Amino acid sequence: MARRLGQGSVLVTGTNGKTTTARLLRNIVQAAGLRPVANRAGSNLMRGIAAALVESAQLTGEFPGRDHRLGVFEVDEATLPEAVAALRPKAVIFTNLFRDQLDRYGEVEHVASLWREAVRTLTETATVVLNADDPAIASLAAVARGRALFYGFGDVSWSVARLEHDADARWCSSCGCELSYAAVFYGHLGHWRCPGCGEASPAATVVGLGLESGSEGLRLIAALPGGEVAVRLPLLGLYNAYNALAAMAAAVALGAEQEAIEKGLGSFTAAFGRQERLLVNGRQVQVILAKNPAGLNQVLRTIIADGMQKDLVLLLNDNIADGRDVSWIWDVDFELLAGVPRSLIVSGNRAWDMALRLKYAGVGSSFQVEPNTALALRQALRGTSQGDTLYVIPTYTAMLQVRELLARWGGHGVFWQEG
Amino acid sequence: MEIKLRLAHLYPRLMNIYGDRGNIICLERRCQQRGIAFEVEDLELGDEFKPEEYDLVFIGGAQDREQRRVAQDLVACKGEALREAVESGVALLAVCGGYQLLGRFYRTAQGEDLPGVGVFDLWTAHPGPQARRFIGNVVVEWQGRTLVGFENHGGRTHLGEGVAPLGRVVVGFGNNGEDGGEGAVHRNAYGTYLHGALLPKNPCFADHLIETALRCRYQEVALKGLDDRVEEAAHAEAVRLATRKPPP
Repeated sequence: MARRLGQGSVLVTGTNGKTTTARLLRNIVQAAGLRPVANRAGSNLMRGIAAALVESAQLTGEFPGRDHRLGVFEVDEATLPEAVAALRPKAVIFTNLFRDQLDRYGEVEHVASLWREAVRTLTETATVVLNADDPAIASLAAVARGRALFYGFGDVSWSVARLEHDADARWCSSCGCELSYAAVFYGHLGHWRCPGCGEASPAATVVGLGLESGSEGLRLIAALPGGEVAVRLPLLGLYNAYNALAAMAAAVALGAEQEAIEKGLGSFTAAFGRQERLLVNGRQVQVILAKNPAGLNQVLRTIIADGMQKDLVLLLNDNIADGRDVSWIWDVDFELLAGVPRSLIVSGNRAWDMALRLKYAGVGSSFQVEPNTALALRQALRGTSQGDTLYVIPTYTAMLQVRELLARWGGHGVFWQEG
Repeated sequence: MEIKLRLAHLYPRLMNIYGDRGNIICLERRCQQRGIAFEVEDLELGDEFKPEEYDLVFIGGAQDREQRRVAQDLVACKGEALREAVESGVALLAVCGGYQLLGRFYRTAQGEDLPGVGVFDLWTAHPGPQARRFIGNVVVEWQGRTLVGFENHGGRTHLGEGVAPLGRVVVGFGNNGEDGGEGAVHRNAYGTYLHGALLPKNPCFADHLIETALRCRYQEVALKGLDDRVEEAAHAEAVRLATRKPPP
């Protein structure tokens, strides 16, 4: 069925940022006059893609406006080989590669090797859109038969002093030497170079030149082949600037006009659980999904950036879709939260694991433990003053629970739906 | 007299993937709360290990590729000194990949033997790429108490004559899924498959390790009790969850 999409398909994969990048790209594609067919956030296995195709098609299996239909699908890391074989995409966008749910995906190197196999099977006309700053992603260019287009971040005022403990790709994929960094942005993302074989972050076609992140969102200036663009996005944090760069690079790969890129990004609203703000009983609620160390470390850095105290709920579940192993919370820098919470409730079926982590992080003992998600949320909303923002940071299945609860209480019922 | 615990953290940049640094965080806090000075030295590839400079050694788990590099370094650089340290009574905790590498050898899924350093008389074999990986929550009986954690390993470990298992598996697979043993003990060296991280949720084992480490240099060590209500609650809850039916 996917072959009946007049414009073909593009796939978005990676550890973090798939959903947001795919949504950003859809907006651009729409602004360019195409009609995207997309899977719902998180439904990124083959059946989620198939469902999206079926929903968009007529009974005949044809797509209305077929000449203008482009598939924009986010794809689970491990599903990529199958998705490439089935959809024969004209572009594949890679965001980043970090440790994530090791009990489910296996080792980081295993995911990398699956991706290499998938990229090898792409045709010569397919483009891979790669993060130049992630050595594990950039090295995929070596196995691509078609064009590789890179994006990266150039504003070194955002760099941190050195690689932190959650960096995963520290070693050169060609010769095995330890990489050296002129700038580190987060995790192992930065301007890297191998002192052994000289391999280095490739020159990027789409470059982030300047970034401001405030409570209202991001202001990102990027250099594109058609000139500079400046966009405002209702998203927070450096990691979301990377998602925006990935979407812009994908749009460039698809031949989108500069104007469509600016217009598409300008009309963006976040997906539920990806930083969408909701209003519940006069309180702003901001739900930010975080499911692995790199993602949660970025979320924490973003939350503490303005130096203000915050009302927080941390939700940790260990269902299969979350990863059964909760050891990863010990790789998260909760130490950053010391002094930040005005109120803090930990919840989820692994609430006590989270409580223990916070205790050892020196966050203080004033937080509450309430394993029941509904009770925890209710209590947190009560503890948040009118007009203030409650930050809710759930793992994946906890996010689904939160979505349902807030929908019920907010009474709107539609605010998370995909466009 | 100031009491100090000197820890060698082996390969923190390579053997760091499963949250095992929680063990270091835990040891540090539990020492500090008792006025015990805590010193960590990170030893990476090529760094010399000097047995007399440490009371406790820690090595965590890693991925296969990293493990290969560490295996070479252990054999070429640190292995002999590590064996010497353990034989002289220095305490050691090795988790998962680190545990495997301290045995006599590790046979990879492809049948290649990576030499170990023989701190523990045991060997580990990966039965091949198609074999089931041992993944899940674990509860172990240890000295009349429980230890709780999470295992995720392909290799099956078999103990030799000179070592005893750390504990008996109540829930999970343990060393090899067959003989009911989990981990290994030789003198004051402990090996285990348990992530979690292990020590924060098992404070009695954490304190046992601190005591054992300090006893080498300080004759009388009596650790003062700590407020472990959160630890005990997390432990009890983890045991309860490990024994429940798996969620959908």
